[in-house]
Order: sequence, then structure tokens, then C-alpha cells
Amino acid sequence: MADSSQKTLRIREFPIDENPGHTYLNHEKGILSWLFTVDHKRIGLLYLGSVILFFFVGGMLALLLRTELLTPAQSIVDADTYNQIFTLHGAIMIFLFIIPSIPAALGNFFLPMMIGAKDVAFPRLNLASWWIYIFGALFALYSIITGAVDTGWTFYTPYSTQTGTSVVSMTLAVFILGFSSILTGLNFIVTLHKLRSPGLSWSKMPLFLWSLYATAVIQILATPILAITVLLLAMERILGIGIFDPSLGGDPVLFQHFFWFYSHPAVYIMIVPAFGIISELISTYSRKTIFGYWAIALSSLAIAFIGFLVWGHHMFVSGQSELSSVVFSFLTFFVGVPTGIKIFNWVATMYKGSIDLKTPMLYALAFLFLFTIGGLTGIMIGALSINVHLHDTYYIVAHFHYVMMGGTVIAMLGGLHHWWPKMTGKMYNEFWGRITCGVIFLSFNMTFLPQFIMGSQGMPRRYFNYVDQFQGLHQFSTIGSYLLGVGFVMMAVYLLWSLFKGPKAPSNPWKARSLEWMTSSPPTHHNFEYTPVILHGPYDHHKPMKEFRMGVAEESESPDVIEIDKDPA
Amino acid sequence: MNRIIEYMLPPQRSTTASDVDSLFTFINVSGFILFMGIMITILIFVIKYRRKSEDDVTPVITHNSILEVAWTVIPIILILIVFSWGFRGYLTLTSPPANAYEIHVSAASWLWQFQYESGGSTMNEVYVPVDRPVKFIMSSEDVIHSLAIPDFRIKMDVLPNRYTTTWFQATETGESILFCTEYCGTGHSEMLATVHVLSAEDFEEWLETGLEVDEDMPLADVGEQTFTSAGCNACHSLDGTDRVGPSLLNLFGSDRELVDGSVVVADEDYIRRSLIDPQAEVTAGYPANMPSYSGRLNERQIDGLIAFIKELQD
Repeated sequence: MADSSQKTLRIREFPIDENPGHTYLNHEKGILSWLFTVDHKRIGLLYLGSVILFFFVGGMLALLLRTELLTPAQSIVDADTYNQIFTLHGAIMIFLFIIPSIPAALGNFFLPMMIGAKDVAFPRLNLASWWIYIFGALFALYSIITGAVDTGWTFYTPYSTQTGTSVVSMTLAVFILGFSSILTGLNFIVTLHKLRSPGLSWSKMPLFLWSLYATAVIQILATPILAITVLLLAMERILGIGIFDPSLGGDPVLFQHFFWFYSHPAVYIMIVPAFGIISELISTYSRKTIFGYWAIALSSLAIAFIGFLVWGHHMFVSGQSELSSVVFSFLTFFVGVPTGIKIFNWVATMYKGSIDLKTPMLYALAFLFLFTIGGLTGIMIGALSINVHLHDTYYIVAHFHYVMMGGTVIAMLGGLHHWWPKMTGKMYNEFWGRITCGVIFLSFNMTFLPQFIMGSQGMPRRYFNYVDQFQGLHQFSTIGSYLLGVGFVMMAVYLLWSLFKGPKAPSNPWKARSLEWMTSSPPTHHNFEYTPVILHGPYDHHKPMKEFRMGVAEESESPDVIEIDKDPA
Repeated sequence: MNRIIEYMLPPQRSTTASDVDSLFTFINVSGFILFMGIMITILIFVIKYRRKSEDDVTPVITHNSILEVAWTVIPIILILIVFSWGFRGYLTLTSPPANAYEIHVSAASWLWQFQYESGGSTMNEVYVPVDRPVKFIMSSEDVIHSLAIPDFRIKMDVLPNRYTTTWFQATETGESILFCTEYCGTGHSEMLATVHVLSAEDFEEWLETGLEVDEDMPLADVGEQTFTSAGCNACHSLDGTDRVGPSLLNLFGSDRELVDGSVVVADEDYIRRSLIDPQAEVTAGYPANMPSYSGRLNERQIDGLIAFIKELQD
């Protein structure tokens, strides 16, 4: 029905070059071509390298903490050093690792590819984001060297305005890192709105992109609050203006409101992208259409929205009014509903699927196990009367590690393995991949399950010394953490081996349907040598593969050209 | 299941604990059922629908209204139950009975001080009557602390600029541990106190006599007792190792180099000044964060500490 408001697109199938001589990896050479690249794929890898480095540093700090906790009294470091180590572990893992991890590394690489674009909307801004991130990281490093920070990653006042450590430079680092996060979010939103290929309607967008979209909205709306907060903190410390410090006429609880107004939505900056990856993995390895596409897509946005209204659940015993606590508790439970819907949808997707337990799928299943525990224990601590007992105990520590590590990190590892062939052009060893996933899964539970018990029994968090009754559980947890370390070393070994010695990856080893698999592995500099045209959804496993490799046909007549009508929009 | 839950929680020693524990059990049991349901379903799917061949064809199932309504509505009902239950418990926890016995709690880095209605005070030990509501009216002298007694299932932050309150009614006599649960620096994990729950008669008797000084006790013994009860041990060792502050071993009579470069001899007067106005003469190399014991220690306790420190020579 071609009337005047429609135009005709001529499309044909573009076969994939399985052995590309020219890829984004050899497009340009030399260290400067990497550090000043505007290619989203290279920037994605720069981020990936950076976050892995900081994950390694934060992980080593965690092992130091666990080693110190082998005995109830001092074992290897003194109290002040311990306090600095747990602060750095938290700050590095949150600000330098987990916030940029999935969106800035995997998101940067795959967001443009999944919509068939050559790059993000603002490639130079993208590069600037990475440099701002590195600059912020250097500032953080500077404050560690010039006297460390011992406030905990939460910087609670008035302790943070009174302690003798380099709080100002550390908060400045957080301030700078925030800009990197905002700019990445901005870039993603514009890219998703403006650069989608012909035919890629919102309803055909991979769910990973919906989750990045929801994340980007939170990054843009919430991160400025963090900037304001740390700026006020710096003003108080440098200029002596009383905002939070009661001895200057301020209110310390105000800081907590400011801080959590950012940091609670930030929790969803960390976990929502993980949801996106899980949707991709479960559909791909079950080779089945996703169940409840819109329910999953919209629940990400619902979580992003409700996430702004629940910050006070960190403050039930802080001295905020009882009424606020009640309201925040009520709203908090409603984050649980869309989260539960996602889990049920993923399980339903596997129904009557063709499930292949490849390494990424094992990570997806590990995610379902660990994140469900994280979510259910979240219901526990959302309940007011129980929260009073469990607040600031190891129960909280265990809960957020189940969500952040059992959720985000496990999903990221799943995504890393899923997209590894596409990013590097190499296959990894499937056997070692599965074994390592098992080691990480078991040792993770060994590390953090005992912490739920300790916390219920009353063991407070951030304790250098502890009462003797907790020693057995602490030691069990420490042994688990060592095994977890071994798991990550195993992964590093086989992934590095794959990088240098691994067999060449085909363009689409998993028979996935989304667009990033419809080009060579590794992709060429411009991702696609043609303008992709999308006929089917990213999870339409029942449609023939050739219909996913469509692109705008050149003028020349070719026998396989199809003509379709397309709305001018 | 009950045994697991019992193992997970500290003993119930207050009137409000059992309600909190029931909710804890309810969420654990219903959560466990839900969790096992999801995991078993996944396991069945993984086994039953494992990939048989590369050419497997899967059906297109995009939604199922009945299922989706069910897994939206049932969780909403569950969370409303949990919310209301937690809300009810919280109301009790935040509404102290009018006839409660009031104790003023003052927190400082890193000690707890308890002042009783009838006069007198204790440090890092608090004595309370059994079967009678006790209300803590709390404030901090420096940063935020938090008072937590797991056996009673209570916790409340202690703020520097206003009073906060919490209450409990102990159900059995005995000792319970009191933690500081808001991170407050070096001595955070040493900021513990003991709660002594006494029978009504014992409590009355303790109020009469327990706060009085035993005149017959040798001064050095008074000092040794004060050293622990006033929390000195959180920062000062007796064996020469450095903690937050200098060790007290061989302190007496030694030359102390101060932060301003001057040197003073640690005599009786110096120790007294260090207790009353600790920031005035800080030993070089140590942080200036000792709280003042002015008004916290009586003359006999100060004399006792001096006598005790004098004896610490190797």
C-alpha cells in the first residue's frame, strides 16, 4: 500500500565476511590510536581494561580485609589501616568499577552495534567521558597516597568533616567521576533516539538497550545530586560553612538524605544493565523468543522511577521521622514487584526452549540463583521492625554483595563470555569456562552465606575486632573469599590464553538474532559495511537467519533485492 | 526450619523480640518456598528442554495474561503483609510506654556513659531492671554513633545535635552485649558495653549501693577497674604496644614530647591534666581525639588511675 506518506526501501541480504582482513583492531596501530580513539568499540575496550584493573585492586583489598578478619583481634593490619582498606574497597568497587562496568564497557561496545549504527551520537564526548573517568581515578589515587580516607564509601558527616584524612580530594574524585557517568548516559539516550537503523522500532530494540536506556535516565537525573552533595561537603571542610556539621549549625542527617538520594538510584545504575544482559543470555541460549518483552522493558523503567522514591530506607534508624520511615518502607516494597516480574519472565522464557548450558548461560542461571536471594533478603530488610535489628550488620553486607556481585558482576561475566568472540574474534575454552563459573558460584556462596547468619546474630559491619562467637563463620567466609580469588585467576588465565592462542571465532557462534552478530568477528571499523534494515525482533529465533542480515540495497540491480514499504518516520 | 532460625538469631530477651522474630521466620519460610519453587522450575526446564539438536525449533510464546497477573498480584499481596507486619512492630519499637524508667545515654568516641534518674552514672556498663520498660534518651558528644542491643532487637542512631530515644523491656536477668553500629573511626569496634539486667530488688539495691565507691578498695585497684570501665583500654595498651594512644607501660615519670615540640614529665599532675583536658598536651605522633573525662570520673577514680599507672613499670 504505497501511498504518498510512505517510501519504498530496497533491501537485500548481505552475507557476512567470516575472515575480515580489516577490523577495528587493526584499523589503526599504536598506543595513541587507542588512547585518542573516537571508535566506540575501542573506547568500550578502554573502559573494560580500566574496570578490570580496578576490580582487581578492589578485590585484593577485599582479600586483605577477609584475612584480617580471620581472628577476632588484630591479625595483619591495625585498626586505622583496616578502616582505610574497607573505605577504599567500597569506593573503588562502587565508583571506579561497578558504576561504569556494564554500561561504559559492554554498553559502549554493543549499544551502537545493536542498533546498526556506526558509532554513538557524540564520539568525541564519548572519548572525553573515558578521560574524565581516568582523571577522576587519578584523583582518587592521589587521595590514597596523600593520607588515605577512612570514612567508609558513604562519607557520613560529621565524621567525614572531622577526620584527618584526605576526604576533600576523594570527594573531588567522586565529583569528577560523576561527570563521566552523566556524559555517557547523555550519549546513550541521544544515540538510541536518533541513530537506530531503518525498521528498528522501539519494540524491536534488544532488552539490553532498554536497560541501558533506563540506566542512562537515572545517571542523568541522579548523579548531579551526588555532585551537589560532595561539593557541599567540600565547602564545609574548606570554607567552614555549616551545612552538615552540628558544631557549625548544620544537620548531619541532612547529609544522609542528600547522599542516599543519589546513592539509592545509583544502586539501579549498577543492577539494571545486568538485567539487560540476562535477557539477552536467556533468550539466546534457550533459542527462544523472550517471554513478556514489554513487561521486561517497562519494568526496567518502573524500577528506575520507583528507585528515586525509596532512599530513606537506608535511614530507618537514623533519626528521620517515623512517618518518613513508614512511607519509605511502603514504597521500597514496590521495587520488589517489577523485579519479581523480570525473574518470572526469564524463567518463562526457558519453558519449551532449546537450552544449551554454555558458559554464558551458566552465568545467567547463577545470576537467577544469587540475585533471587539478594532480592528476597531485600524484602527482609525492607520490613521496618526487622530492619531495626539488621541495619548496619553483616546481613546488609551479605545482601548487597548478593545483589551487586551475585547480580551485576555475575551478569557482567556472562556478558563478557557471550560477547568475547565478537569483541576479540577469538573463542575461549568452553570446558574451563564452565569449571570456572562453578568455582566462582560455589565460593561466592561460601563467602557471603555465612555473613547472613552473622548479621542476623548481630555482628555489626565495619568492625576491625569482633566478639569471639563469630570467629568460625568469619573464617569460613574468608576461606570462601580465597577460593573466589582462585576462580578469578583461572578466568584470567583461560581468557588471556584465548586472546593469544584461541581459535578464530565465527561471526555468530551462538546463533543469536540481534544485530551485533550480523557482522564479522571482530567487527570492521564502521561495524557494518552497509545500512542494516531490521525486519524482525531481536529474539525471533523462529525466523530464518537470512532475514536478519538485511541492508539497504545499492542502486545496482541484484536478483535478491526485496522491496518493502516503510513509514517516513 | 525452626532450629535453623533459632541458630540464626540471638536469644530473645525483650518483650518486642518475639514479634520481630516471627516476621523474620515468616519472610524466611515464604521466601524459601518461593526461591525453591523458582529454582526447581529452572532445574526441570534445564533438564527437560536441554538442546537436543542444533535444529531445535521452539514455539513462540510471548505472553500469558493469567500467569502475568498472578505473578504480579501474589507478590503484591505478600509484600503488603510483610509491610503491615513490619509497620506494626515498628510502631511498638518507637512508642516507649509512659512509665518507662529513663536512662540518659551519652556517646563519645569511643565510650558509652549512662546516667540514672536517681543520680550517679556508669561507663560502658548499664544496669537495668527486668520486666520493666526502660527508655534510653541518647545524644552524642562528637560524631554519629548507634546503640544496638541484638538480644533486645533494638537499634537507634545517636546524634550530636538532638536527642533520639529507644526503649525495651527485658524479659530475663543476665548480661547482654551492646554494640556501636554506626562507623565512628579507629575505636569503633571497641565501643561495646555490657547490659546487666537485674531483678527488681537487685536493681533497687544496686541503685542504693552499686554506685557508691568502695572506700576499702586500694587506690590502684580502683584505677585498674576504672581503666576498663571508663573504656581507656580501647585506645591505651598496658604492654607497650601502640594503639590509638600511647601505651601506659612505663609512662609514669617518662619525658613526653608534645606536638608543639615542648617536653613535659609525666607526673601525677600531667596525668590529671590529660584526663580533664586531653587536647591541651597531646603527645607527638598521636591523634588529638581523646574525649575529656571531666565530670565523668570522680576524684577517687582519677587518683586511682594515677596510682594504677604508677605501678605499670617493667
